[in-house]
Amino acid sequence: MRTNAVQQTLFHAIMAALSAACLFPFILLFVVSFSDEQSIILNGYSLIPDSFSLEAYRYLWGQLTPLARAYGITVLITAVGTITGLLISSLLAYSLSRDEMPLRRVLSFLVVFTLLFNGGLVPTYLVYTEVFHLKNTLLALIVPGLLTNAFFILIIRTFFKMSIPGAVIESAYIDGASEWTIFSRIILPLSLPILATIGMMLTIAYWNDWFNGLIYITNPKLYSIQNLLNRMLSNIQFLMQNDLGGRSSESLAQMPMNAVRMAMAVIGILPILCIYPFFQKYLVKGLVIGAVKG
Amino acid sequence: MNQSRWRKFRKRVVRHRMLILMALPGLAYLVINNYLPMLGVTIAFKEIDYSRKGLFNLLFGHEWIGFKNFEYLFRTDDAYTITRNTILYNGLFIVLNTVVAIAVAIVLNEIRSRFMSRLYQSLILLPYLISMVIVGYLALSMLNVENGFMNKTILPLLGIDPVSWYSEPAYWPYILTFVNLWKNVGYLCIIYLAAIVGINHEYYEAAVIDGASKWQQITRITVPLIAPTITIMMLLAVGRIFYSDFGLFYQVPLNSGALKPTTDVIDTYVYRGLMTLGDIGMSSAAGLYQSAVGFVLILLSNWLVRRRSRDQALF
Repeated sequence: MRTNAVQQTLFHAIMAALSAACLFPFILLFVVSFSDEQSIILNGYSLIPDSFSLEAYRYLWGQLTPLARAYGITVLITAVGTITGLLISSLLAYSLSRDEMPLRRVLSFLVVFTLLFNGGLVPTYLVYTEVFHLKNTLLALIVPGLLTNAFFILIIRTFFKMSIPGAVIESAYIDGASEWTIFSRIILPLSLPILATIGMMLTIAYWNDWFNGLIYITNPKLYSIQNLLNRMLSNIQFLMQNDLGGRSSESLAQMPMNAVRMAMAVIGILPILCIYPFFQKYLVKGLVIGAVKG
Repeated sequence: MNQSRWRKFRKRVVRHRMLILMALPGLAYLVINNYLPMLGVTIAFKEIDYSRKGLFNLLFGHEWIGFKNFEYLFRTDDAYTITRNTILYNGLFIVLNTVVAIAVAIVLNEIRSRFMSRLYQSLILLPYLISMVIVGYLALSMLNVENGFMNKTILPLLGIDPVSWYSEPAYWPYILTFVNLWKNVGYLCIIYLAAIVGINHEYYEAAVIDGASKWQQITRITVPLIAPTITIMMLLAVGRIFYSDFGLFYQVPLNSGALKPTTDVIDTYVYRGLMTLGDIGMSSAAGLYQSAVGFVLILLSNWLVRRRSRDQALF
């Protein structure tokens, strides 16, 4: 019995150390954002600053207009992208799950093939900018991510096939239900767990996306929160330049640069951290089925 | 005969037109997002004329110049550097991440308290959820030359002089490997934990009766029984060894030119060629090189996966 207690303590110690290592940079970020700029310059970024200060957040409050706009854009593209992506994927997955679908095997292969080969960045960029003219439009933040992962389609298709008995669909069909009715009244309600899981993955992907903004958006007014963060990582003064609509009345020298930078990052992660505990269950499930294919 | 099959097919199409209609948005999207760019890879063999735009010109316009772009690419040292970096980094990531993730999953599985186990899981998964931009901020808070935690707190404790991290390429293989491990180990750990939880408990009960130690249980039962999952996860990763995590190599080194020798990979090279240098020829050649070799590797790994487990293969 004694060795068991020792073992448990050891295992807890290992996991506690690892968890602390994962958490540490976040805590540092958080503390620095509340630190007094003078004490940062004196002692560097520290977990125990000489004095705390809300100056960074007060400063960002003064830049509310560009921040609120970037936030709004992120929320908008996340909502529209997740819902549209989920709808398009599940519709395609439903068609491909039905044996009656003409050319089912060829079309399924077309979906799988996108996982094997891709045109790469340059042709994709040229298609979106020169053929569809998405550069500097909000669509550029939404469209490229819709079905990025064809894997999701395959996972949903497998779920439809495995967990919804063919007899249910058949009897609905005989009763005169249209495909759309079957899909929206029977399939979707029975598939809520998988849809929630995929929806969660899409939400995180859209919320965190900075790449599409990096290549398709040059107009700062269309920046999502991630793109704003991206620009401020290399240029902390970015918020006040470029006529973003922020107030630049305060002089640059008075800006608590270090703390502001970290406060921006805190604002960027806070929403994910807040919803994480409620969606952890779906997320973990999504990761597992995503890895070993449903 | 042929005609009657055609008529049957047509009847089927008409009868199930609703199903086809439902598939249409998704299929159209794949054509735009995936198949048009696939046809567009031909620009790697062309001299781009910027005045000619539109779909027709993308596919059929511009002057053919054969393999010239590839000749330029492979004549420089760049091709060697980015290929080496891509393969070495990804190879190292695959081995290290797998070993650490399995070790953590085994420890996590031993934790008796369900509440604590859930808490640890949430915490180590946290880095996986944030964007690489944020990771760039976190890395900066550690590595900033004047104020960073490394230079101001850790190195002074060890009596080491401050290091200007963002201009010393020699440290970056370690930094990037660590950041990658930090970000992804939680995710991999959850996958392996799911495999371990699926092991039948009777094996362990029988082993305990026979007097097996914890270490023996791990090496003789747990690891052999999750070996199929390990093999498949690793094969899938090897199939993607030519593609790197662009964010890791772009955001974390802050796109610093001085670090290029140890941080430049194919993805960052293609990006820089297209967006910063405007050298579309070279960039598209490097991109096609990546797609083509990547395609072969994915087919190969899929073939190996298929031989082990039909269900896990992509096709």
